[in-house]
Amino acid sequence: MNAFMATLSRDLLIARREGGESQLAVIFFVLGAMLFPLGVGPEGKLLALMAAGVIWVMALLATLLALDRLFQADWRDGTLELMALAPDSLTLVVAAKCLAHWLVTGLPMVIAAPVMALLLNLPPEGWPPLLAALLIGSPALSFIGAICAALIVGARRGGVLMTLLALPLYIPTLIFGAGAVQAAIGGFDASAHLAALGAITLAAIALCPWAAAAALRQAME
Amino acid sequence: MPKLHVQDLACRRGGRILFAGLDFSLSEGDAALALGRNGAGKSSLLRVLAGLIPPFTGTIEWNGEDVRREPYEFRSAMRYVGHADGLQTNLTVIQNLHYWAALYRASTSRDALEKALAAVGLDDLADLPARMLSAGQRRRLALARPIATQPGGLWLLDEPTVALDRPSIAKIETAITAFRATGGIVIASTNAPLTLPDAREIDVAAAMPTPEDAFGDAFEDALL
Repeated sequence: MNAFMATLSRDLLIARREGGESQLAVIFFVLGAMLFPLGVGPEGKLLALMAAGVIWVMALLATLLALDRLFQADWRDGTLELMALAPDSLTLVVAAKCLAHWLVTGLPMVIAAPVMALLLNLPPEGWPPLLAALLIGSPALSFIGAICAALIVGARRGGVLMTLLALPLYIPTLIFGAGAVQAAIGGFDASAHLAALGAITLAAIALCPWAAAAALRQAME
Repeated sequence: MPKLHVQDLACRRGGRILFAGLDFSLSEGDAALALGRNGAGKSSLLRVLAGLIPPFTGTIEWNGEDVRREPYEFRSAMRYVGHADGLQTNLTVIQNLHYWAALYRASTSRDALEKALAAVGLDDLADLPARMLSAGQRRRLALARPIATQPGGLWLLDEPTVALDRPSIAKIETAITAFRATGGIVIASTNAPLTLPDAREIDVAAAMPTPEDAFGDAFEDALL
């Protein structure tokens, strides 16, 4: 666990040092969602219908925006090689980096979500499932995205490629995340959606660091 | 019994055999210099030894165990300093070193880290962000890493003296001598002046493959 804690605190320290740079994704999340009322018009009913979907799509895109930097900097300066050669498994280091990524980008998005729910006129009964779904589902975005970020390490103009790789993998999270809110608004129980979301996140936490570490090892050969 | 035993090592990069049939053994306290012209495969040899590139053929044994079968013990002992310095430029000098020490399960106390920095002459820059360092200072910080993460058993140093001035090279030589006195093994690749007393020489360029090795069956096919 030594490598895990050391990497987690290092990445959080770097995020704090970079200051605003690491919060760009969250700002993008909020600004992007604010464009919808401006573009669609102030039709309350229409916005309420779209709110959950818009918030989730923006969460996916904002996560992608920050994923690019997950391994790229460490790859360029040679840190990644040293992580791979440390006594503890690279999988642990990758898991720590994913968790740090979620704490820096995912968690602030959960916190910012109520503001956007208000802007998009989300009905009150949709608020608790929206926050619960984001809290449960957003770690999956960071962990699944790590595989894609690892695969494009070393590639030129990899950011676009990574987006194409990651978006299809995000579809289940999007469906169950937005579905939980729609169910609650429709007067149904959202717990089935939340349980499915939880299952996706747990599977992602268990499998993705391992797969991403394998992809990174390949890139370093 | 030798601590590090390398037998019939070959490395293939981009479809080309860089070196083949490399054999050597090193015991505790030994040092070796990898020699050869640019592109002969000195860096690749160190990367193969470190485990970043799988060997094309051959075995590497540490304490009599194949390192690919028993990687944990080898990785706990091995410290690799590559071409890239591995510095996170937004962190301070000592924060960079602190992370490495934690990753390699070494002491992370401020005293221990400052001692390692003093060994490379960076102790008065401990709290400076790493992006302010010059090329030579960055190299020295990278070299403080194996010093801070002792006890190790094997240092693999790829061109350790690049960008270093004469007094810094002397400091690195002193650190290497101290490490060897504790039973450590050092393998360095270098074209710059680096004096290691009674260092063995591994001539990578001389371990050239025969045409059959380099081209395999295609060579015979071409002859027929």
